[in-house]
Amino acid sequence: MADLHIPDSLLVKNYVDGNENALSTLIKRHESKIYGFIYSKIADRDISNDIFQDTFIKVIKTLKNNSYNEEGKFLPWVMRISHNLIVDHFRKTKKMPMYRETEEFSIFSIMSDDSLTIESKMICDQVEVDLKKLIQELPDDQKEVLIMRMYQDMSFKEISEITGVSINTALGRMRYALMNLRKIIDKHQIILTN
Amino acid sequence: MAKIYSKRTLVNKNLKPKKEVISFLLNYSQALNVVKIDDKSFEIIAN
Repeated sequence: MADLHIPDSLLVKNYVDGNENALSTLIKRHESKIYGFIYSKIADRDISNDIFQDTFIKVIKTLKNNSYNEEGKFLPWVMRISHNLIVDHFRKTKKMPMYRETEEFSIFSIMSDDSLTIESKMICDQVEVDLKKLIQELPDDQKEVLIMRMYQDMSFKEISEITGVSINTALGRMRYALMNLRKIIDKHQIILTN
Repeated sequence: MAKIYSKRTLVNKNLKPKKEVISFLLNYSQALNVVKIDDKSFEIIAN
């Protein structure tokens, strides 16, 4: 084959001068080495094909732009481009890892959607409404402590300071509030949970 | 005779890209035309 005797530098020159066949020869000559190099890093055929394609798109654009300085190092230049694209690929996948589902592995085995369904949300909202109504039935001092503790997230120290009672009194009122709530729920046979 | 299970190596000397990729690259190259005006370059892809 005559092509084997034409050095890369001459093929590059011919291509830049408009000979499209020169590109075909260059690709055929080096495709195994370049693709093999990419695949050895990526280990995925499809992605390796994409990177190979992107590599040569850059090569073509640079050559057509006359921006390539021929120094007899065509293959190292192309390998460098592919290497940089491989690095870009790993940077991108590191930020946004993509999991492909296979028979052995399902992403949903380690990642689940914990958010409530519409039905669960409606039940939750209804329970909240019912609970607030029940709390209104408590004596004022117990209601006050319970609301401060459960809805305003205050510590018993803060509750005692604001209400002007000791911490022990505040704790006692909370305890009675919960006991009385349970009694009200039992008395009216209310079901608050699903 | 028992089957021999051996780990497939990643390095395969006959690895090649898909023919469609090569075909695309050659067509892309034929279609691409770079025009320089002043200090700007314009890439034109012919249909």
